[in-house]
Amino acid sequence: MAEPLLAIKGLTKFFGGLRAVSDFHLDLGQGELVGLIGPNGAGKTTVFNLITGMISLTSGEVRFRGESLVGLPPHRVFGRGIARTFQNIRLFKEASVEDNVKVVLDRRAGYSLPAAALRTPAMLRSEVALRDEAQELLGILGLGGRSDTAAKNLPYGAQRRLEMARALAGKPSLLLLDEPAAGMNPAEVRELVTLIRDVKEKFGLSVLLIEHQMGVVMNLCPRIVVMDFGEIIAEGTPAEIQGDPKVLEAYLGRGGGA
Amino acid sequence: MTGLLEQVFNGLQLGFVYALIALGYTMVYGIIRLINFAHGDIFMVGAFVGVLGYTAWGLPFPVAIAISMLVCAVTGVAIERLAYRPLRYAPRIAALISALGVSLFLEYFCSLKFVFGPNYRVVARPFEVTTFTVGGASVTNIQVVVAVVVLVLLAGLQYMLYRTRIGKAMRAVSQDHDAARLMGINVDSVISVTFAIGSALAAAGGVLYAVAYPQIWPFLGIMPGLKAFTAAVLGGIGSVPGAVLGAIIMGQVDVLSAAYISSQFRDAIGFSILIIVLLVRPTGLLGSRQREKV
Amino acid sequence: MKRLLLPAVLVAFYVLAQVLIVTGLLNSYWQLILDQSLIVAIASLGLSLIYGFCGQFSLGHAAFYGLGAYTAGLIGKLWGHGDSLWFVGSLLAGAVVAGLVAVVIGLPILRLRSDYLGIATLGFGIIVRVLMDNSGKLIPETGGATGMTGAPMVANFTWIFVVAVGAIFLVRNLVFSRFGRSWVAIREDEVAADAMGLNTTRAKTLAFVLGCALAGLAGALYAHRYPFIHPSSFNFLKSIDFLIIVVLGGLGSFTGTVVTAVAWVFLLEGLRAVLGMAFVDYRGVVYALILIAVIILRPRGLLGGKEWSALLPRLGAPAPGSRRRGREEAKGHG
Repeated sequence: MAEPLLAIKGLTKFFGGLRAVSDFHLDLGQGELVGLIGPNGAGKTTVFNLITGMISLTSGEVRFRGESLVGLPPHRVFGRGIARTFQNIRLFKEASVEDNVKVVLDRRAGYSLPAAALRTPAMLRSEVALRDEAQELLGILGLGGRSDTAAKNLPYGAQRRLEMARALAGKPSLLLLDEPAAGMNPAEVRELVTLIRDVKEKFGLSVLLIEHQMGVVMNLCPRIVVMDFGEIIAEGTPAEIQGDPKVLEAYLGRGGGA
Repeated sequence: MTGLLEQVFNGLQLGFVYALIALGYTMVYGIIRLINFAHGDIFMVGAFVGVLGYTAWGLPFPVAIAISMLVCAVTGVAIERLAYRPLRYAPRIAALISALGVSLFLEYFCSLKFVFGPNYRVVARPFEVTTFTVGGASVTNIQVVVAVVVLVLLAGLQYMLYRTRIGKAMRAVSQDHDAARLMGINVDSVISVTFAIGSALAAAGGVLYAVAYPQIWPFLGIMPGLKAFTAAVLGGIGSVPGAVLGAIIMGQVDVLSAAYISSQFRDAIGFSILIIVLLVRPTGLLGSRQREKV
Repeated sequence: MKRLLLPAVLVAFYVLAQVLIVTGLLNSYWQLILDQSLIVAIASLGLSLIYGFCGQFSLGHAAFYGLGAYTAGLIGKLWGHGDSLWFVGSLLAGAVVAGLVAVVIGLPILRLRSDYLGIATLGFGIIVRVLMDNSGKLIPETGGATGMTGAPMVANFTWIFVVAVGAIFLVRNLVFSRFGRSWVAIREDEVAADAMGLNTTRAKTLAFVLGCALAGLAGALYAHRYPFIHPSSFNFLKSIDFLIIVVLGGLGSFTGTVVTAVAWVFLLEGLRAVLGMAFVDYRGVVYALILIAVIILRPRGLLGGKEWSALLPRLGAPAPGSRRRGREEAKGHG
């Protein structure tokens, strides 16, 4: 079998004496959509932070397309093709919707400082191209008419979509979604599920998804990994997970989580 | 050799004073994560009030210190209420800028002619200076008084923090506001008490400083304030023993660099230490590692 | 027609000022104030880049202003003697020296979080002050703590105006480019910016260096406009001056910064005229209260995030089919 897109082995993180993640492993293949679930505090977001280099790992291996990600700063991990969204939305609030996306598109713009200072024709052409590219992406995510709105003024659902647009602007191969459905009503959740499927299809992505809403995960993800207390406690198809007593205990046995 | 020992004693005297100021910085930072720029100016106000107490108002020295501590405690609480509390949930920078404003306000208000005036004032001491020798080096009674007062205050602080309910509440709020609130602690009151205590300690430091170096002016607090802040960072911001340790070290550095390198550069040396600590070991000698939660 | 508004305003302002100067209606004292306000505006634009747009809290801005002043002043005094070419050279030198020092100091300290960065830059500013006070021992012409005289006073209104306009357009162009966007992203959420592929260290350092270079440029002009420069002009209080202007004028608004800088200088002079001796006493108290009031009541400043529309750059013809709000302009720059 071909090497998986993302290969994680023995991933462990200690915060002082606290073991946040212990021996996490995952092989995610090209084009897969895997769900990561577990009660609050299970370490799921920490796993994302470890993969993206936002925090340093204590031990373990993370390989993407065969190359190790360990020790790379977040912006370099992004450059390798991994983009993420955040549990508590972290948009550039005062910037416009369009600028939020452009910041990421700018990576490939490449015009120099003097060119910007003098607003050379080449720089202007670049800017027009950037604007058009941003508009296109925003259109796909249903944010077309609101390019100039400040991100902070968007309704909640639109903010989540903007976060996704921003992540997609980097043309990633792997998308890490951290609770994209949080705070959404059932109608919005249904739209989100469709959106994730469409975007995955359209951009040829692989997706690793953290989510609390069981409806989303069970519907979307052919494979699910369950964490509790920093460890993997179960892995399998939605049907397998739903029947697993360890999973039930993790969620219900401890007073239903927070 | 005796020269060095004397400088060490001088450094110790200064270090004790810095400790009183540094404690206020560290406790306030520990409880609301604010660098209280105005703290050095509370020290200055304390010095003036204390001096007024034992000169113009003819009060006995201990009473003058007590009055000064009381006045500054009230001032500190008022500042927190008016200038910092409204910004409790604003971005960190906003409170910092406000603190900067309060600092400037105290300095320039005290510079007004009808308050303390902008010039240096040489003031009298509350008691005669006597010297005696220890280990061949001369020691002044002032150094002894400073040491005694500071150690008493430190003991009092230690008792309060670890043996009283309010102290426990202060430690709880330093760790986690929300958890403390859930446990029934009135977080606002605890913060006020922290400011009161920190300001009172700074005031005592100011009075002792004025006794040791009897020349005061409204901008008195700037350098000692910044050096005491360096001390708090050096020892580990948020850590009480760290503040004391850092202060003792800074006192030695300050006096020894003035004596053996150059008094011109003592300030530059002090700040270089600050910058180096911030870059190399920002958690300080005794501090714990904090991490941003993503 | 709208495109001519800005150039027209600039030309009109220049002509008006020159008329006032030449006819003597604007006496030399107020000429100095006018020039001073533009110089302060240039330096404040620098801090606006660093703090207003990029969110890096620097309390040592005056140190770079001073470095530029001493560099340019020395060049003018020792070699330039008023020659125009040397003058321009000294302006560049002032900016470059300030920028280089900013690189050296910025790379290590920009890693620090905002409150600590403030303290570190404050400490740096004090170190520079001490060095200025003692500079006489190394280079006697600087005069050390007594100050430096002898720099040729060749920076007249025209020079200053041209440099100020240049600085405004430079800042504007950079803000409305990928550089400005990266700075705003860092200001808004540095962690997220990092995660979205932005090399935050490089971007922050760039903002810092450019901002400090502008301060150096302003200082260089200052040295050639005033007969006497002294370390105390570049102290912490001066850094606070710049901070007040940027905060009051509005974070993320270079229009706000420029307007506030000019207004601030004139306001202070006006107060001095009205209050007389009392002004000097009350000035500090007024500064302090303004700072506290603004940060509590209007933390984003008076013009936060907003720009004068005439200053906004135009992008060029929109792509077919895309919707843009009414900015149909022929290709070209604004």
